[in-house]
Amino acid sequence: MRRPTDHELELSVAGMLRFGVTAAAIVSIFGGLLYLRQPHLPITRYETFRAGGPGLRTLAGIWHGMVHLDPKSIIQFGLVLLIATPVARVVFCVIGFARQKDRLYVVVSCMVLMVLLYSLSSGVR
Amino acid sequence: MSVFAFSSLLFFASIAAGLLGAMTGLGGGVVIVPVLALLFKVDIRYAIGASLVSVIATSSGAAIAYVREGLSNIRVGMFLEVATTLGALLGAYLTAKISGHWIAVIFGVVLLYSAVSSFRSNVDHLVAVQPGTLASKLELTGRYTSADGTRIYSAERVPLGFGIMFIAGTLSGLLGIGSGAVKVLAMDQVMKLPFKVSTTTSNFMIGVTAAASAGIYLSRGYIDPTIALSVMLGVLCGSLLGTRVLVKARVSMLKQIFAVVVVVLGCEMIYSGITGRI
Repeated sequence: MRRPTDHELELSVAGMLRFGVTAAAIVSIFGGLLYLRQPHLPITRYETFRAGGPGLRTLAGIWHGMVHLDPKSIIQFGLVLLIATPVARVVFCVIGFARQKDRLYVVVSCMVLMVLLYSLSSGVR
Repeated sequence: MSVFAFSSLLFFASIAAGLLGAMTGLGGGVVIVPVLALLFKVDIRYAIGASLVSVIATSSGAAIAYVREGLSNIRVGMFLEVATTLGALLGAYLTAKISGHWIAVIFGVVLLYSAVSSFRSNVDHLVAVQPGTLASKLELTGRYTSADGTRIYSAERVPLGFGIMFIAGTLSGLLGIGSGAVKVLAMDQVMKLPFKVSTTTSNFMIGVTAAASAGIYLSRGYIDPTIALSVMLGVLCGSLLGTRVLVKARVSMLKQIFAVVVVVLGCEMIYSGITGRI
């Protein structure tokens, strides 16, 4: 198989980024519309910070709310998709560098991926 | 205020912030956090959470335009992302340890620095590739095509650049911003990469850096879905619009006015932080 050039690699990455942002926007806008359609919107105060329950802070909680069509959970799921987009970008780069047989940069991008997965795993616990 | 009115106001303010961020080249995040904290009286933790989400959206959304130019350097970006993502973890950790007053003061200082740096003239000094140096071992070289033809460039002072990138990442994780100004400083001023290469590569790095602290923000509850959605959509629309306008016209006058706005926001943040209003 022919080795892809850097520019081809970047083009595939950019296409993926656009897909990720679009998907995230569609899901979260859908959730936002559902949220605004509720008959009695709760008045939420944002002057003081309250961490809130695990429903919107963990992936399991967000998924659970999604299944029950909770508007806030759907918005949050869209935002999680958005956060996952750069992570997918790094995965794309790992594959791309592997196809270019650039071992040094496979290692470098794996290091970045590990830091990202560590951060995201804090939302799983 | 009803949730609908609040969300709509937030959306329009975010469009303005995105526009301003794109026109000054500072990014929407540095503008929206003070707007949320000072104007909307939103707790700074919600503000930086929403801002960080918008930063990921803008960086990813703008990437497609930058890729067409073909100037960004994925190896330079990926290598420096090791520093920025580690810094972002530290920054996100620090947000829980430092009081909101201090975050506001640090934010103000970064705003002032960013405003000043947006006026720096950009003269490229291309460094020739020297075999055997750290930069060539790490493949931190590339080709740059401008009006003068195609030239080869190489990075200089790699360890110092890497160190400044760690600081850029820490600021990003601490303040919920892209910290593009510090990233460009490291690549353009320290590592002597061509200015256009620095700015486009910086855009690519911003999304990955922000994602490194976003997971921690989410688990701490900094990302409130209603605030983050309005802000994310608004900043994204504003900055895409701003980039279009910027391509069409050279707006140095507008840029100066906006820089003054950013300076005012910066002073207000420092003042509010010291007096304990944030």
